[in-house]
Amino acid sequence: MTMTLTINGAEHRVDAEPDTPLLYVLRDDLGLNGAKYGCGLGQCGACTVHVDGRPVFSCLTPVAAVQGRRVTTVEGLGSPGNLGPLQQAFEQEQAAQCGYCIAGMIMRAQALLDRGGPISDADIRNHMQTNLCRCGTHMRILRAVRRAVDATGARTSSLEAKP
Amino acid sequence: MTPLRTAAALAALAVAGLAGFAVVAWKPEIAPIRRPAAGDFTPDEVRRGATLATLGDCAVCHTAEDGVIYAGGRPLATPFGTLYATNITPDEATGIGRWSKDAFKRAMRDGVARDGSHLYPALPYDHYTHVTDGDLDALYAYLMTRPAVSAKAPENSLIPPLGFRPLLAGWKLLFLETGGIAPDPAQSDAWNRGRYLVEGLGHCGSCHTPRNLAGAEMRSKAFAGGVAEGWNAPPLDGSNAAARGWTADTLYAYLRTGLSPRQGAAAGPMEPVVHGLSTAPEEDVRAIATYIGSVMGLKAPAQPTPVSPPVDRAAEAAREHPNGAALFAGACAGCHGDGAPMVAQGRPPLSHVDAVQADDPRNAVQAILQGLKPSSGGAGPYMPPFRDNLTDAQVAQIAAYVRTRFSEKPAWPKLADAVAEAKREGSPQ
Repeated sequence: MTMTLTINGAEHRVDAEPDTPLLYVLRDDLGLNGAKYGCGLGQCGACTVHVDGRPVFSCLTPVAAVQGRRVTTVEGLGSPGNLGPLQQAFEQEQAAQCGYCIAGMIMRAQALLDRGGPISDADIRNHMQTNLCRCGTHMRILRAVRRAVDATGARTSSLEAKP
Repeated sequence: MTPLRTAAALAALAVAGLAGFAVVAWKPEIAPIRRPAAGDFTPDEVRRGATLATLGDCAVCHTAEDGVIYAGGRPLATPFGTLYATNITPDEATGIGRWSKDAFKRAMRDGVARDGSHLYPALPYDHYTHVTDGDLDALYAYLMTRPAVSAKAPENSLIPPLGFRPLLAGWKLLFLETGGIAPDPAQSDAWNRGRYLVEGLGHCGSCHTPRNLAGAEMRSKAFAGGVAEGWNAPPLDGSNAAARGWTADTLYAYLRTGLSPRQGAAAGPMEPVVHGLSTAPEEDVRAIATYIGSVMGLKAPAQPTPVSPPVDRAAEAAREHPNGAALFAGACAGCHGDGAPMVAQGRPPLSHVDAVQADDPRNAVQAILQGLKPSSGGAGPYMPPFRDNLTDAQVAQIAAYVRTRFSEKPAWPKLADAVAEAKREGSPQ
């Protein structure tokens, strides 16, 4: 069936079965290859995107469930020439080894930044719990999130506010 | 009597009544002490206290989400408002560091704080009142040797006039039965130990027994099922048909691991209970299973009833709930579908899960919204939350589909309302 999806602020028409995971539509139909397929069971977080501003596992989100809702992927946070604060921080901390988990990590962390208010290191650890990295760059990932939190200050950034 | 005299007599009665109530309600302060030193207790006593604290689930309420253990601050939503668990570390200013052993015992048994103020029965002193002297000594030794943490719980926010604590004296007059539990010589040692733990420190009835309008457990309906934090605590008595599938052995395994291949997984407020019991002494967990088994009316030794074949009416469910079928296929089937790895690992099919067969959809809906989360650092059944993936209407469609496909019982009515209610009740305060 044909559906209209709003992804990173733009409308896309896609033709897919309603039970297709959002992740497959993003990658296979729309060429948004940031989100990754890790476990397919909602246990690793590599596929994390935002739906209506909240982080979800796109591997467990049927595409029919997001019609009429706002989807944001890592591509929506910035471009190679104009990186968002988290993307910059991950680069500066060299937080990626193989990089497979990073798009999910960044989307998960973005939800924490969006929450605003004071964010402690314990908050970061707790918030990032759902996302796994098998290379073991967790400490760098935590540093990168800390850096982005500090760089954005107490600003409650909202995804909609971005161009 | 003239009206004036009647009024005077009534006023006198009221004054006498108030005075009488004040006498009942007033409790003396117990003098503060200097904080005991670790050397005041024997290591054996502290160790025993640690085990008892685990069996009593003290840390579950007295630790805030991601907070320091026993430092309090966790909100407890009740029909009467929100209470905050207090700091029970031995900090002198904000914890119980200046409480003598007598003050501690009075709090546990009579629900009165060291300063003489009445405590709310969210502290289940209606159960803790049954705990023996020796066990309270050990608990005191354990708590007093924890690291002191300075933390003050937020103020309670209760509906007026319940913030006025002397009223609790009236509640206690009506509902608090103090005293220990005499062993029943006709029963086994394990049964008696189990009853002592279940009725005392374990305070199982706090969730599994329905409460009256004043928030007290209805003793005539012990273990007939209650509600806790937006989840149904299933009946543990013979009224629960699902209870007939249990044996003392499967109960033991469930209490230890949070998983029963025939009933499903521990979820919601039961999850931290199971996490605690996973580290408790085996014989104590066996004793709890023995006693709960007898409450359920299981015959010992129970002959396990054969496992019924799974119900799976996929075609009918898809016809009745096409949207639910598509959503289930995309969101749930990866774990709960035919041939999914989880099912192949011996996890129960959805038709064996109590929440799917229950008369009301509350727990099924809560499981979809909140998922199943092992305690921090604990291992246990896991399910991701779908609160943000799915709209309320989509959650209702999935629940309706699951009920039709995996149960032969009637459809759940008013599912949309149930989802809205579950979201309200289950959201963190």
